Amino acid sequence: MARKLTFKIFRYNPTKENDEPHIDTFELEETPRLNLFTALHLIREKQAPDLMYDFVCRAGICGSCAMMINGRPTLACRTLTSDLADTIELYPLPFFKLLGDLSVDTGVWFHDMAKRLESWIHTTKEFDPTAVEERMDNATANKIYESERCIECGCCVAACATAQVYPDFLGAAGLNRIGRFMFDPRDTRGEQEWFELVSTDIGVFGCIGMMACDDVCPKDLPLLEVFSYIRRKMNSGVKVAVKEMDLA
Amino acid sequence: MRTLISDVLVIGAGLAGERAAIASAHAGLDVTMLSLVPPRRSHSAAAQGGMQASLGNSVKGKGDNPTIHWLDTVKGSDWGADQEVARIFADNAPIAMREMAHFGVPWNRVEGGPRDVYIKGKKTTIVEDHEKEGLITARDFGGTAKWRTCYTADGTGHTVLYAMDNLAVQLDITIHDRMEALSLIHEDGACIGAVVRSLRDGEILTYLAKATVIATGGYGRLYGESTNAIINEGTGSAIALQTGLVPLGNMEAVQFHPTGIVPTDILVTEGCRGDGGLLLDVDEYRFMPEYEPDKQELASRDVVSRRMKEHMLKGKGVQSPYGEHLWLDLRHLGEEHLTTKLREVYDICMYFIGVNPIKELIPVRPTQHYSMGGIRVNKDGMAYGMKGLFALGEVACWDMHGFNRLGGNSLAETVVAGMVVGRKVAAYAKTAELNANVSLAETFAKEQVDKIDHLLNNSGTENVFALKDEIGQLLTAHAHIFRTGEGLEKAVKGLKAILGRVNNVKVSSTAPGMNPELSQALRIEGMAKQAYIIAKGALLRTESRGAHTREDYPARDDKNWLNRTLASWPAGADEPEFNYEPVGPLDLPPGDRGYGGGQMIPMDLSLEEYNAKVDAAQKALGKQATSEPIGVSLPKEAWREESPYKDAK
Repeated sequence: MARKLTFKIFRYNPTKENDEPHIDTFELEETPRLNLFTALHLIREKQAPDLMYDFVCRAGICGSCAMMINGRPTLACRTLTSDLADTIELYPLPFFKLLGDLSVDTGVWFHDMAKRLESWIHTTKEFDPTAVEERMDNATANKIYESERCIECGCCVAACATAQVYPDFLGAAGLNRIGRFMFDPRDTRGEQEWFELVSTDIGVFGCIGMMACDDVCPKDLPLLEVFSYIRRKMNSGVKVAVKEMDLA
Repeated sequence: MRTLISDVLVIGAGLAGERAAIASAHAGLDVTMLSLVPPRRSHSAAAQGGMQASLGNSVKGKGDNPTIHWLDTVKGSDWGADQEVARIFADNAPIAMREMAHFGVPWNRVEGGPRDVYIKGKKTTIVEDHEKEGLITARDFGGTAKWRTCYTADGTGHTVLYAMDNLAVQLDITIHDRMEALSLIHEDGACIGAVVRSLRDGEILTYLAKATVIATGGYGRLYGESTNAIINEGTGSAIALQTGLVPLGNMEAVQFHPTGIVPTDILVTEGCRGDGGLLLDVDEYRFMPEYEPDKQELASRDVVSRRMKEHMLKGKGVQSPYGEHLWLDLRHLGEEHLTTKLREVYDICMYFIGVNPIKELIPVRPTQHYSMGGIRVNKDGMAYGMKGLFALGEVACWDMHGFNRLGGNSLAETVVAGMVVGRKVAAYAKTAELNANVSLAETFAKEQVDKIDHLLNNSGTENVFALKDEIGQLLTAHAHIFRTGEGLEKAVKGLKAILGRVNNVKVSSTAPGMNPELSQALRIEGMAKQAYIIAKGALLRTESRGAHTREDYPARDDKNWLNRTLASWPAGADEPEFNYEPVGPLDLPPGDRGYGGGQMIPMDLSLEEYNAKVDAAQKALGKQATSEPIGVSLPKEAWREESPYKDAK
């Protein structure tokens, strides 16, 4: 017999006067291969037409639908109810600005992060439309791609102890982005520039190493590897900084 | 009411929209982008397989050039494409790939030396040139003479979109996300901006600009089963249609991709078959070589989807609780390939259907995937019937795809059109005057405010979610791969009835702010109208061309139907108007595609006679003046130099 699922969903509409955060309960009969994308749509269409949440690709690619599912941040679209108990608790991701119910503003945070880190190739070269592309070793391309696979879902930041205390902390997503550009030979930023960007409490030294980010990343990004690469780089960055101080 | 002013307003911030915005920013113009979602969540991010460009770096792409790419594209379109636009595209695609490399895309590169690949079901060793080491490599895709599809594993859309958005951030382009354009503001046949609703707090505001660009993607979600992201509901084409002045082109040309997974309809890339994946039936028999001895699994998408359906109709499908399907076999590609170059596919199969493609077969069936039709624009990207309005990418009918687009050509189109049309937008905005008619803007905004008021306060009984499902079911049932006059009549009748019910939609939720039910309700009329145009256009087109297959009219009819459907919906009318225009200047004469079979009824005009009437006929239907005369970008008979034509008489 099909299970009856109970959804306990966090509700709050900040645009509604006198609304208070509360929990609404919905029941749904489980169908085979039911995922939370379909479940939430059914709840919206039949029971709560004002229920707010975000889905776009519904295929685990776009990063829109991260939420706290039974206390753990992950992508709702690829979470099957069959992997969960009869009662399912859904909360919005912490840390990000709440837009309503399960919807949070990850987009603006990640846009701001990209700006802070100058998340683009720093080069003085102009594009020449008549020239053949610059060569790159395929292994290097693959290494960049490994970090580039981040879908900005926000799970790592939501799970991060440091981020909850220091709202400016770049989080695993930010540090991974730095790694991505450090790996890239097209980016001309030198050790000193990287050092200034990340050798602070909101950068790589803010991380207290609990690595919840690594546990929850839905794309299995090689975060441990990236962090240790950045730390080693910073080590040589420190040497440069000390040398400059000596000269002064 | 707030009115925001910029030089250029771009509605939609996927790849096409962002590339066009960047072109305007590079020209020193003030640009504002609007998007339903944060730009990096756009459906462009979901594109897996790659982008076609004739770089010819891989040994299997040796000798490739824009002419061969153009030939494949025109044949793929079943001669429905504008051949000049296809040429502009093929010529610029290599530049666009290199530019994206410059912007930061980590394209997969050539590794010199031998490697094992699967070609037509057989393991083969190819030897890549050492002198090409480190240049952008390519994989095989359907309907192409060469390996031409540039890629980053199976996350190509993602990496290109991230590189593009990084650049948009660098250029400090204004992005207002979670914003939906509800209507275009226009005066005397010129677009001056848009009425927009914030999906954060429900605010209605107006944006005015010298040039307005629509780049909102396709209308796949009109269908009940689609691989598309759920935001692809044809919102951009709807607002153009609802001006009453701008026609939509070839809306009946809808692509069904051979490998949507069952259930969930999520796409697994054509790269699966490009890299050697095979299609099997209920007996695990590989059936495609029987139907298509030459191209096999890698004929164009319309052909493979049709063959799959045909095979299932012979009783060779696999029955499942989610309907009939076939199998995609990737097992022989091995764990390393599947967890690196096809890693998204691996993840999708594991997470969504619990299938491990290293060991198991993947259940697949043809599923709605791409909208060849859209806002009809001239070769500069400017909309028919309205000055200062541009469209590009999937939302536009530019029209390089005709009745079937090749895999890898749409993702490439986004950046190529972004570059080419983007420059035209910038040039237009540089000389255009701003029409800051705020009171007109308020009049247009008031219409939307009244509409919202009506939706919230009328005494109707229609539920918007149910209506949307009905539209999806009608199209899926009757405007799918195989179409008949009888079925399409049913769809037309059903959709007409739905159009009558749209006014009785009552939004039950009065919650302020995002109100998702209201958002859906504001879209439903545009969705119903477009669905109607798809079904009616398909009913009227009594031939089979590309993805439009009429069982009752199986021949491609170049005598009567070598044309493009233009549908517009005059303000206040009960019915859309259908007109037909020549596809564009012809250089490659209509002929056999080399796959797919089928009959042809030859045209009874010479190419010269056909070409002589193109420009005037298109202008009569609203085509705007182009910056260069029609046909100048189409080199005459360049294809004669290329195989297989070189040896022809």
